[in-house]
Amino acid sequence: MSLRTTPFVEHHRAAGAKLVPFAGFLMPLQYEGIVAEHRAVREAAGLFDVSHMGEFEISGPGAVEFADRLLTNDVAGAEPGQAVYSPLCLPDGGIVDDLLAYRLADRVTLVVNAANITADWDHVTALAPRGVQLENRSEQVAQLALQGPAAVRILQGLVPPAVIDLPYYRFTEIVLWESPTLISRTGYTGEDGFELYFPAEYADRMWERLVRAGAPHGLKPCGLGARDSLRLEMGFCLYGNDIDRTTNPLEAGLAWTVKLAKPDFVGKPELERVKAQGLTRKLVGFDVTGPRVPRHGMEVFDGAAGVGIVTSGGFSPCLGRGIGMGYVPAASSRTGSRFTVRGGSAEIPATVTPRPFYEGAYHSKPKKAQPSG
Amino acid sequence: MAQVPAGLRYTKEHEWAKLDGGVVTVGVTDWAQEQLSDVVYVELPAVGKAVRQSDAFGVIEAVKTVSDLYAPVSGEVVEVNTALADNPGWVNESPYEKGWMIRIKAKDAKELDALLDATAYGALLEEAHR
Repeated sequence: MSLRTTPFVEHHRAAGAKLVPFAGFLMPLQYEGIVAEHRAVREAAGLFDVSHMGEFEISGPGAVEFADRLLTNDVAGAEPGQAVYSPLCLPDGGIVDDLLAYRLADRVTLVVNAANITADWDHVTALAPRGVQLENRSEQVAQLALQGPAAVRILQGLVPPAVIDLPYYRFTEIVLWESPTLISRTGYTGEDGFELYFPAEYADRMWERLVRAGAPHGLKPCGLGARDSLRLEMGFCLYGNDIDRTTNPLEAGLAWTVKLAKPDFVGKPELERVKAQGLTRKLVGFDVTGPRVPRHGMEVFDGAAGVGIVTSGGFSPCLGRGIGMGYVPAASSRTGSRFTVRGGSAEIPATVTPRPFYEGAYHSKPKKAQPSG
Repeated sequence: MAQVPAGLRYTKEHEWAKLDGGVVTVGVTDWAQEQLSDVVYVELPAVGKAVRQSDAFGVIEAVKTVSDLYAPVSGEVVEVNTALADNPGWVNESPYEKGWMIRIKAKDAKELDALLDATAYGALLEEAHR
């Protein structure tokens, strides 16, 4: 399979990015270095190309109701102009993807993970009732994420005041440098920031002008490496690591996105049953002692017994030590429970700790929103 | 392009080895540190430990990934760069100088003949780039 590129690829090359294959796309892993980019987002601002993500537009009569039935979270109850983070589930409660649903008056746009575009499309089209129109706009839409405490200062004066005043998880449609742009106060870093969606043909000008506007504020282009370390510090799930078709949103700690009070949605009966029976395992955060770092795929031991797998792990630049997430038996998932993480020569003492790992971020309350990866 | 100094020997796993009077200084190459990015910890053996050519002697932890370190030659560890404990970033900044890791008193320095020279290692990197 040949790799696809985003409309920003030449800008990445010019900025010295290390480009790597990711979800079928050639994407920037890093420019200057993961730690430098991570710190830029925590202290100033970072610009991420996230155009690999997919966009599906659901329109026509019954569009909002259909989106509400597809998703576990409440889309019908959201106001136009509100974005909703939600799992997309199978009838058995397994997670097909986690996504953002942008609620407009009469339609809904789903922003999905790049690796899942085909699977999501198959899942959604198979369930769509007559009358509802679906359009996969993934190739026409470019997406940039402007993240960090300086994001507001960078946009000040460039965008209408309504954008600056957007509450978290709200969006509006504007014209920015002649480009029709949907801009939302969302992100995957835990910092204040915005995500911008616009037609791919405006990509060059958007990148150039945002980079120029951001330079005096310390804006740096940031790659997938920093995107991952930032989301991990917040304890946000990454699809394919922490959640997939074999995990359900309740054990993944996403119960706040599962509205069992809704009349119906795909997976509801099974998730009700899971809730009534009680969880067998739970996704938890691990803090570790010592210099070794937990990594995806390492095993979690309770004494001599293997009880789970590390689903995400890495070094936290802000904490200066390793952190991780993984599933452990529900009975031993309480904060303070001790485990040992093993992999290769590593034997790492790990303690269950509440997420987010890093408290300093702007949006440090996990219940507020779990953005899509 | 990554630096590949002449006069050193290289493993296919991207360690460099520098022979000086029967003692071999070992580190990872510029290319390796670029791939690893942001080294945060280097686990090294104690002085006196015996190592065997091609066996793992330590571990290098970076923000994103972890990698084993392989001995380019058999022998005894006679010196360890303890300063890396507080300055793991030296592996990134100065992979051939300040970022050296261990010194091995070689049992048989001829073992190094089996490693790549700068030209062959450079060709390996070209290959990896394609």
